[in-house]
Amino acid sequence: MLNDADRIYTNLYGWESFSLNDARKRGDWDNTKDILGKGRDWIIEEMKKSGLRGRGGAGFPTGMKWSFMPKEVKDRPHYLVINGDESEPGTCKDREILRHEPHKLIEGALIAAFAMQAHTAVIYVRGEFYDEASNLHKAILEARDAGLLGKNAAGSGWDFDIILHRGGGAYICGEETAMLESIEGKKGQPRNKPPFPAASGLYSCPTTINNVETIASVPAILRRGGAWFAGLGKDEKNTGTKLFCISGHVNNPCVVEEEMGIPMRELIEKHAGGVRGGWDNLKAVIPGGSSCPLLPKQICDTVLMDFDSLRAVQSGLGTAGLIVMDQSTDIVYAIARLSYFYMHESCGQCTPCREGTGWMWRMMMRLVKGNATIEEIDQLLDVSKEIEGHTICAHGDASAWPIQGLMRHFRNEVEDRIHAYRKAAKAA
Amino acid sequence: MKKSTALNAPFQPASFAFRDVTKVREIIARYPKGRDQSAIMPLLDLAQRQVGEDGLKSAKPYGGWIPRAAMDEVAKLCGVAPMKVYEVATFYSMYNLEPVGKYLLQFCTTTPCWLCNASGVLQAAEKHLGIHVGDTTDDGYFTIMEVECLGACSNAPMVQINDHYYEDLTPEKMVEILKSFRQDVIPPSGPQNGRKGSMSIAGPTSLMDQAKKAGVI
Ligand SMILES: Cc1cc2nc3c(=O)[nH]c(=O)nc-3n(C[C@H](O)[C@H](O)[C@H](O)COP(=O)(O)O)c2cc1C
Ligand code: SF4
Ligand code: FES
Repeated sequence: MLNDADRIYTNLYGWESFSLNDARKRGDWDNTKDILGKGRDWIIEEMKKSGLRGRGGAGFPTGMKWSFMPKEVKDRPHYLVINGDESEPGTCKDREILRHEPHKLIEGALIAAFAMQAHTAVIYVRGEFYDEASNLHKAILEARDAGLLGKNAAGSGWDFDIILHRGGGAYICGEETAMLESIEGKKGQPRNKPPFPAASGLYSCPTTINNVETIASVPAILRRGGAWFAGLGKDEKNTGTKLFCISGHVNNPCVVEEEMGIPMRELIEKHAGGVRGGWDNLKAVIPGGSSCPLLPKQICDTVLMDFDSLRAVQSGLGTAGLIVMDQSTDIVYAIARLSYFYMHESCGQCTPCREGTGWMWRMMMRLVKGNATIEEIDQLLDVSKEIEGHTICAHGDASAWPIQGLMRHFRNEVEDRIHAYRKAAKAA
Repeated sequence: MKKSTALNAPFQPASFAFRDVTKVREIIARYPKGRDQSAIMPLLDLAQRQVGEDGLKSAKPYGGWIPRAAMDEVAKLCGVAPMKVYEVATFYSMYNLEPVGKYLLQFCTTTPCWLCNASGVLQAAEKHLGIHVGDTTDDGYFTIMEVECLGACSNAPMVQINDHYYEDLTPEKMVEILKSFRQDVIPPSGPQNGRKGSMSIAGPTSLMDQAKKAGVI
């Protein structure tokens, strides 16, 4: 278990106020100028050393991402965009940073923007997070008043400010290029890549998009050193601490910071009071937010919570949102409800995603009842494969994976339901 | 995606003007020069809030929504064709294209909330108010909507009422909350089971020194 001394988010639960005074007492904004004084190359190197991988779902190495930005600012300004859309079912961690630790995010924004030579960062907060955006807004005003933002931010010689942009209720705006469209005042429809945002992003300028947790972790990493962060976790590719969100059938659902690579069972039992009715009552866990394929109990018994361990069992760490389901769960409906989600949130511009998500949902709802043939399970899997990899953005893939996971581990149960339905129909 | 009903909403005021022009100017000035289009979303939000404020004073109260005249005004202010604003207003689920109740109840029923009895909470509200998802009560007080994950899954099940989240609900608690709103007494938002934020209800499992200092343990 992670030592309290190694935890970054010491006000995770909002025991103290989020405001600048209290944040300073927790160590935020402590001589930020010195960190910036070490220069952009040092910052990016240190981030690479830390091994930090993006906390928004895909796990791309942060230091490397930053180094893709043009080395020199030419005719177009650089932008940093911070992703606080947090809409992946099972995920509720950025919310805690936005409302209880906004100064970590603001300080991280300054450092990251400086390293990529951006004078402006846009923080995109999902529209429903009204109270969270309001805390962040107050914290931005405090930082401006204290000279931590604006001209010569924090005495660094670098001019930097933040635009807070609230979303309007659309999951797809969490996809980075849809987010850029949304900030530009358009429908949130993902862009084709290339060009990649580092070449042409917000307002066609070089842009880097990072998750809230990624950026808010930066000040602690640079203060304590990349080696400190790299020393935590499972191995050199899965380092540091991570915010885990635990929901569903546990005794005490919670959000908690733990070490990357903690065994799933330990995480659930230590922090969430265990599975309702005991560990043996566990049926399955979706380990990383809705798009990650579920894992049946026998895998959950031993699996570790990190990018590569979860990938090895054909799932993923995603956003580290664990959705726990006990034996009482109608697992087919649990996944069908996610199919509805992906249908509802498709932006509609690619045919496989727009049509396929609806097709899969209708099929899943028939499987919930068992009103289908066995062959239709394979048909459904075929359709999921037709969508996967054939769309502009990963929303299409994300809609396919939960169904593939269900059939990989619970196909028997789906087939049993079909047999039972037929038997009942015959009897009637 | 959602479908547009804006252009055939039951009543459409002929004109719309922002009351708080300073705020309008401040919103447009937030964005880089020449990027006024970026102000569309915050201006739509401002318009919706203004209409909502007026709605509270009307004989039969209603909540915020965006009439077509307001979209046209936003288009003018941002220097874009009205169609650009209609596209945005119809794409995002938080912009109401027709009047809603004074208290807009948005129930999350996505899997994590569903696992924690979101259906029971929603049904309790439907039964208590005598309406279904999509309907508004006759007195104009409540509209029920079903929405997707609101990013508070560790505090499931939950409902958003206007701007705030009510979390860790039970069907009984939900009815109590509705009774309070009906009296225009706004109950405290956040977890309804006595816990703080997203901490385990059994008490802290980490940050022990901080917990002691804060008097949590
Ligand atoms: C459909 C879809 C939804 C996404 N939603 C989010 C989100 O809500 N928050 C987030 O940080 N990243 C989300 N992402 C990932 C972003 O596109 C992007 O990879 C991420 O913000 C990069 O930040 P990171 O490198 O710090 O992880 C989403 C991706 C897809 C395809
Ligand atoms: S995959 Fe779906 S959400 Fe993504 S761009 Fe295509 S239609 Fe839109
Ligand atoms: S599923 Fe309801 S808040 Fe996430």
